[in-house]
Amino acid sequence: MATGEQIRALRSPRSLVWQRRRAAASAHWAAFRHDRQGVVGLGILAFFVLVAVVGPMLIDPASIEPATADGPLLAAPSFAYPLGTDNYGRSMLALMVQGARISLLVGFTAAMGTMLIGAGIGITAGYFGGTRVDTVLNGITNWFLVLPWIALAIALTAVIGPTLVNVIVVIAITSWASTARVVRSQALSVKERPFIERSRALGAGHRHLITHHVLPNVSPILFANAVLMIALAILSETTLSILGLGPADALSWGRIIDDSFSAGALSAGWWWWLIPPGLAIMFVTLSFTMVGFALDEVLSPRLRSR
Amino acid sequence: MGARRYVAGKSLQAAVTLAFVLTFNFFLFRVLPGDPVGLLAKTQRLTEADIASLQAELGLNQPLGSQYLTYVRETLTGNLGVSLRTAREVTATIWSRVGPTVLLVGLGTLFSTAIGIWIGIKGGWRRGSTFDTSSLYASLALYSIPEGWLGMILLLVLSGTLGLFPAGGFETGGRTGTARFVDVLDHLFLPVLTLTLGYVGQYAIIMRSSMIDVINEEYVTSARAKGVPEHMVRRNHVVPNAFLPTFTLIFLNFGFVLGGAIVVEAVFSWPGLGLLTYDAIDDLDFPVIQGVFLLSSAAVIVFNLVADVTYGYLDPRVREA
Repeated sequence: MATGEQIRALRSPRSLVWQRRRAAASAHWAAFRHDRQGVVGLGILAFFVLVAVVGPMLIDPASIEPATADGPLLAAPSFAYPLGTDNYGRSMLALMVQGARISLLVGFTAAMGTMLIGAGIGITAGYFGGTRVDTVLNGITNWFLVLPWIALAIALTAVIGPTLVNVIVVIAITSWASTARVVRSQALSVKERPFIERSRALGAGHRHLITHHVLPNVSPILFANAVLMIALAILSETTLSILGLGPADALSWGRIIDDSFSAGALSAGWWWWLIPPGLAIMFVTLSFTMVGFALDEVLSPRLRSR
Repeated sequence: MGARRYVAGKSLQAAVTLAFVLTFNFFLFRVLPGDPVGLLAKTQRLTEADIASLQAELGLNQPLGSQYLTYVRETLTGNLGVSLRTAREVTATIWSRVGPTVLLVGLGTLFSTAIGIWIGIKGGWRRGSTFDTSSLYASLALYSIPEGWLGMILLLVLSGTLGLFPAGGFETGGRTGTARFVDVLDHLFLPVLTLTLGYVGQYAIIMRSSMIDVINEEYVTSARAKGVPEHMVRRNHVVPNAFLPTFTLIFLNFGFVLGGAIVVEAVFSWPGLGLLTYDAIDDLDFPVIQGVFLLSSAAVIVFNLVADVTYGYLDPRVREA
């Protein structure tokens, strides 16, 4: 064993912590690598993230502006336009690449918002489990769980206006409750463990206990939940878009579906306009779900044991 | 700790939740963006005088407390205001649309739960079998497809290209008796199929993981040790217990199915609450949006109450806790 390293580690508690976290992360990665479903999901995901990051740089912005697009209108796929064009003569391939950026952006940021609200409320409620703080926070959580998300999302978006930022905020507001419930129950069990009591005996306050002991122990579950939430956020954005409440200022995949539907793509048979965005949403959601399930299996001790 | 107290406690919870919905609705539409007149001004040109007279008419110049009391009284007596688009009463408009939605959501839930649970039982019992793996992937794929888009694709292929089904609506019109019944079924087929395909995957996954949880319980091992035949273990020991958590989730999921139905109705022009909402969104018809929000929230809350109470009867452990 590398005794020299251990001694160095002993000198600094912080590096000891990081060493432990690195070891845990590499053990989890080793377990994840053997989950075929998770690895396949991660592969598909890497492709779409690459497209979303690099793709738009290769596109001339003028070619996807309705006013300056110069392609033929509603042309079926051809050599020059591999996915055809829309009613403004924009290349569907270029729109799909641009849409990847918007849809993934919605997915990631809305899921991040969901995590911030859900983790904040869930951990606080769980940590103060049984007190009045828990009763109030848990009541709010249950209320949001019961409300039909779509009705709330429609009402909120209609009132504050369908912009990209508002759609992201509305998705976060309507989907944090299930995260809070998962996190709360985990925090409830973590706070009963002996190391919390030891830390408290050494003089740790609420803030230290929550951020340094409860949060790190809840974060694996939070991470797996976040990945599933990204998938849900992308689906939610699509649903809002089809209802006419998609981001008016950004062309997401959901908006492309809505545009083609509203323009009568179904009766006119413009299938190249309608099919690609839905397939892309399906593959991205599927890959996030596969990765999320695999992470759940790796990170949750209950599932691992069986 | 009796059953009656359990039911009373759950009913009280539901009533409190409903009260919160009512209050939230008031503040969302009256306080957040300004007020109903401010919302109206978004869609129509209004002069200063128009705004002042509208505010007086709607009682917006009164203190917030008395506005709230008026609102609660009006809502509880079934007055949800007047639609900005059709000038008809919102309550009457909503009631005329409930039937088609109940039909759609009911049939969709029936088929998706029945098929999903059957797949979940079969797959979970033989975990890792070909049936299990392929149905799991199919379920995941179905879960990942946006329902609205699935409906459009079904329309494009089955109605557009193959011409097997009508392109939307409730009925062709001008038919009576059996002919009308068959015609409505013909129009109903694709929306119900979309909703069923959209949700069957989730129920299959839930039932499957529930089965796997129960199979590892000790009482299943002891049942086998006693020499109970496998099909009896499955029918009498595993399935009933695995069904319990699935049962609650079916009811909890009701809110999502309703959401799916709203989109599906918009795609198929099915004249229920969803199409009403879709049209209301287009014209920013806030009284209708509010009314649908209230009604669907109330429906979901009542469904959850029914689920809790039924669950208490099915599983005595819940009642005691």
